[in-house]
Amino acid sequence: MEMLRVEGASLRYQAENGEITAFEDISFSVEKGEFLSIVGPSGCGKSTLLSVIAGLLPATGGSIFVKGERVRGVSPHIGYMLQRDTLLEWRTIRSNVLFGLEIRNALTPDAVRRADRLLETYGLADFAQMYPRQLSGGMRQRAALIRTLAAEPDILLLDEAFSALDYQTRLAVTDDVHRILKSEGVTALMVTHDIPESISMGDRVMILSARPACIREILPVDFGAPLAPLERRSHPAFGPYFDRIWKELKQDE
Amino acid sequence: MNEPGVSEARAAYLMRRRRRARNIRIVQVGILAGFLAVWEIAARTGLVDDFIVSSPSRICSTLSEMIADGLAYHVGVTLFETLAGFSLGAGIGLAVAAALWWSDFASRVAQPYLVVLNSLPKIALGPVIIILAGAGTRAIVFMALAISLIVTVLEMLAGFRATDPGSIVMARTFGATKRQVFFKIVLPSNLATLFGSLKINIGLSLVGVIAGEFLVSKAGLGYLIVYGGQVFRMDLVMTGVILLSVMAAGMYQAVSALERFAARRFGG
Ligand SMILES: Nc1ncnc2c1ncn2[C@@H]1O[C@H](COP(=O)(O)OP(=O)(O)OP(=O)(O)O)[C@@H](O)[C@H]1O
Ligand SMILES: [Mg+2]
Repeated sequence: MEMLRVEGASLRYQAENGEITAFEDISFSVEKGEFLSIVGPSGCGKSTLLSVIAGLLPATGGSIFVKGERVRGVSPHIGYMLQRDTLLEWRTIRSNVLFGLEIRNALTPDAVRRADRLLETYGLADFAQMYPRQLSGGMRQRAALIRTLAAEPDILLLDEAFSALDYQTRLAVTDDVHRILKSEGVTALMVTHDIPESISMGDRVMILSARPACIREILPVDFGAPLAPLERRSHPAFGPYFDRIWKELKQDE
Repeated sequence: MNEPGVSEARAAYLMRRRRRARNIRIVQVGILAGFLAVWEIAARTGLVDDFIVSSPSRICSTLSEMIADGLAYHVGVTLFETLAGFSLGAGIGLAVAAALWWSDFASRVAQPYLVVLNSLPKIALGPVIIILAGAGTRAIVFMALAISLIVTVLEMLAGFRATDPGSIVMARTFGATKRQVFFKIVLPSNLATLFGSLKINIGLSLVGVIAGEFLVSKAGLGYLIVYGGQVFRMDLVMTGVILLSVMAAGMYQAVSALERFAARRFGG
């Protein structure tokens, strides 16, 4: 089933010193449960693309459909995770996790139970009553993910969501997140600067050109069997994918 | 943390900390006692003229005279006026800052006015305020308000504007309205700013009230001080000043207590 369709989308920023075209004529679609990695040169418009898909910024051209429904304004079907965890320091972890539901006036007993189950399943139940500053970076990021998932999004957008973590934590957290997303059946789009990360998590990798971004290629990633990110990294097919993406990205220099 | 078996190093650490806290307190009290003693001795030996600078013992006797002579009334008047000016300043200041945060247009319009009003010495408006509000409590509260309001607005607005944009985007991704962003993100992340400005505010309101009482001259500690000055009773002036500092310290402590309560309540 098609979850997300982007049709000829473009975005032009108006600024005092002129117009900046972030991306132009981008079209692609994502199936339910699929994981799409997005890579591209720095400043090419990746974050802007996610903001447009999330409905935070209206596209200046083209249209976005989620479950066949045109996106106008912030879409309740979409969860968005930023680079920083943005947990609210004055709230406990549990209250942070319930934040999205609270904003949507959706704190039903069922939803709260679901959030508690997520905390339980993903190893944060013991920390539910603690404050964000009492948690490690990796745990905070996991809490932020649970906050996003508690609002039951159909599509999750990740904007360099792991780049603030140290390398080792990052490997562990991406493994965690991949497992969580697959078991919750969430469709995901992840922007990253890290080519190995894009290959180890993505079912496909979308490679963007320099600004104004357009799609260079959407590369399907196939390891023959469903492997966890860490297992993919040591698979013999990993290297060739890396070289391929690396070469595509280098064309812009 | 507080397990029964505390290690020796931890016990020593705790002991050192307690001792240090006690020493700080001893030195603080010592300085005060030393100051009072030097003052008293200097006044008695005629080193300074105790008619002008008074002395601790004279202040004590003046104080007990005044207590018998309706001091509570004057203290009550000043306290009431200060609290009224303070609450109005904090409430209106917070509301105006919120409105200016809400509307970028309004805040740009207000910008030059805020800058001018902020640097204007509000006490200069005293005579105008008295004519407008009448020579009484209203004028005095108004004076306190005039002095504390603009500072509160500027402080709070600066705090609101500096709210982490990431947190605001996060709230917006869940579809938060501007109102929700304000009450769930901006306001709680500015609790420290709020209390910082309340603490400044309490002092400023007191300044406004005393200035107002100087001008209106009917009741309150400011009135007693002016009166004491006019009839050359410096004991009265000094006693008034000391009562004012006790009052200021008390109100500051009350705001601090409120802050600790809020921090516990909101887990800050
Ligand atoms: N609010 C804005 N107003 C004007 N121009 C903007 C705005 N936000 C971003 N831009 C411009 O749009 C372009 C794309 O920005 P964007 O943040 O989407 O890039 P990115 O691919 O996410 O970059 P990075 O890899 O560094 O995260 C940049 O050239 C940037 O200068
Ligand atoms: Mg970016």
